[in-house]
Amino acid sequence: MIEIVSAGRCIACDICVKACPANVFDPMPDAPPVIARQEDCQTCFLCEIYCPTDALYVAPGAEGATAVSEAEIEAAGLFGSYARALGWRRGKPGGADKDPTFRLRAASR
Amino acid sequence: MTAARQVARHRNRGETLDLAADVLVIGGGPAAAWAAVEAAAAGARIVLVDKGYLGTSGATAPSNTGTWFVPPGDQRRAAIDRRLALTHGLADPCWAHRTLDTAWEKLHALAAWGYPFPNDETGKPYLANLRGPDYMHFMRRRVRRAGVKILDHHPAVELLGDGDSVAGAAGVDRQRNRPWRIRAGAVVLATGGCAFGERMLGATGLTGDGYLIAAEAGAVMSGMELSAQYAFAPKPSALNKGLPFRWASFTREDGTAIDTAGKDRHVEVAMALQDGLVFAQYDKAVAPELRSWLRQGQPNCFLPLDRSGVDPFTERWPVTLRCEGTVRGVGGIRLTGEDCSTGVPGLYAAGDAASRELLTGAITGGGGPNSSWAIASGTWAGRAAASFAAQIAGRVDDRPVTPLGGAGLQPEAGDKETLSAAEIVETVRAEMLPLERNFFRRADALQNSLGRLDLAWSDLRRQAPVNGLAAAKMREAAAMIATSRWAYASALARSESRGMHRRLDAPSSDPSFACAFEAAGLDRVGVTRRELGQGAPAQ
Repeated sequence: MIEIVSAGRCIACDICVKACPANVFDPMPDAPPVIARQEDCQTCFLCEIYCPTDALYVAPGAEGATAVSEAEIEAAGLFGSYARALGWRRGKPGGADKDPTFRLRAASR
Repeated sequence: MTAARQVARHRNRGETLDLAADVLVIGGGPAAAWAAVEAAAAGARIVLVDKGYLGTSGATAPSNTGTWFVPPGDQRRAAIDRRLALTHGLADPCWAHRTLDTAWEKLHALAAWGYPFPNDETGKPYLANLRGPDYMHFMRRRVRRAGVKILDHHPAVELLGDGDSVAGAAGVDRQRNRPWRIRAGAVVLATGGCAFGERMLGATGLTGDGYLIAAEAGAVMSGMELSAQYAFAPKPSALNKGLPFRWASFTREDGTAIDTAGKDRHVEVAMALQDGLVFAQYDKAVAPELRSWLRQGQPNCFLPLDRSGVDPFTERWPVTLRCEGTVRGVGGIRLTGEDCSTGVPGLYAAGDAASRELLTGAITGGGGPNSSWAIASGTWAGRAAASFAAQIAGRVDDRPVTPLGGAGLQPEAGDKETLSAAEIVETVRAEMLPLERNFFRRADALQNSLGRLDLAWSDLRRQAPVNGLAAAKMREAAAMIATSRWAYASALARSESRGMHRRLDAPSSDPSFACAFEAAGLDRVGVTRRELGQGAPAQ
């Protein structure tokens, strides 16, 4: 579930407020959005890749909240790790042209 | 000229956002996007409303999906024959041909529009796979470019009717807490399936809303017993996936292997999960390049493991089965024509909102077939809705309309209940997610579940009316109960086992059940059998 909106990284563009399909964020005036409905989070990680500054962290557990600190996620280099794995940058798509999944489909036959 | 500008007459009547359109598309996944693009190509004024965000909503956006993509001719005929042999006698080759035909055309269109398909070994674009986040991001831009007005975070709560036809929908803008009402010449339901409140990718929005509002307008469901599809996910993540688990081995807590060789690994693991924890490990992926393709091609599958500090290839990790309901199950709104009509004038269904029985029979269409179905059925529904709307153009904006919603909105007479939507969803989860109730079914357990679900429905029918955001949540809960009741009533009627429908008390397949089951009704659910080829959509 969504756990962290990094105040240091966030530029308050509110893209996550719009892009989250589960409407978990609420915008705040001149401040980072807040996680208002964490229990609605479907742990899809899509907010992370839409975020232009890698300011969001979704913990992998989908059944309840996880206690994580911003410092430990920063130290582990996990901010933006899904976007980097896909090839998305600054909230924009990239890397689909290098997706090797077709090789997996051939190998699984 | 953009149709968005022509979409009219944005009339603010008090608080309500009041719009008119030729075609209203409800949904935010691929079927909705393709329906909107196709309807706009016919020159119609289109509005697309989604409860989430077109681009991230639904089961496709967070995934990486194959497409069913086969060139015409002998190769396609052979592919259809191979697939039909797996569908337990319920599919129809005509629908497979039509789906493959339209998907072939539209995937080439997607390439021509500039979607970045990868190149295969021969340097040719590989069109049989779509990376979910990229695909849906691309489709959103395409829908906008077609001039469609997109309203995100606008859940539909009920349909509107003019006495004969569906004439629009009403709902709430959940970010502004403002009601909306859109009159339309025709409506396409591309609202997805129902995941029964499971923690799986896309499930937050997949609550069966389209089934409920279609049934209130008079549509019937088909194949709802085919709602027992489950997929593996690393526990406790929501990452229900198929592909990487082809390289998994499974063990019990004590380390003993679960033998899946030559068997259905889902069944073997489901049995073991009833006795305790099960662990998986991608140890069958040995070659370094295979491991790198898995990581690079399916990066979200590795997130939960990487973020938990587990090496998925060399260490074992807890695995579970997530219920995929009718999302990667089969059942949905029965289509009555090849144009995705539903038997209710002005109402069309596409994607997982529609029954996919004719395409996939009693097995999942998860992956390629469903993905191609979303493209094809969305296209057909969008085209047909635009053409239906053209016949009543000029009358759309001003015909008298009435809301059609019932449960949670229009209470029955008598004492009123005050229920919480979250409690109702917990009831649905308790009846529909456990392996021992849904994956493995038996008549007595189905009957017990139905009794509790019927009770929950009758409580909901006495719910004091709610509005605004609470109405949207309550209607999701109502849709989930309605879907559950159709699913288990149909599962009771099919007293045999076939494909994903596994009845422990009737473990064999019975040739006399090579038929479809239709479920209809809300306060009283009725199930009737339909012989195949009889009352099937006309050619």
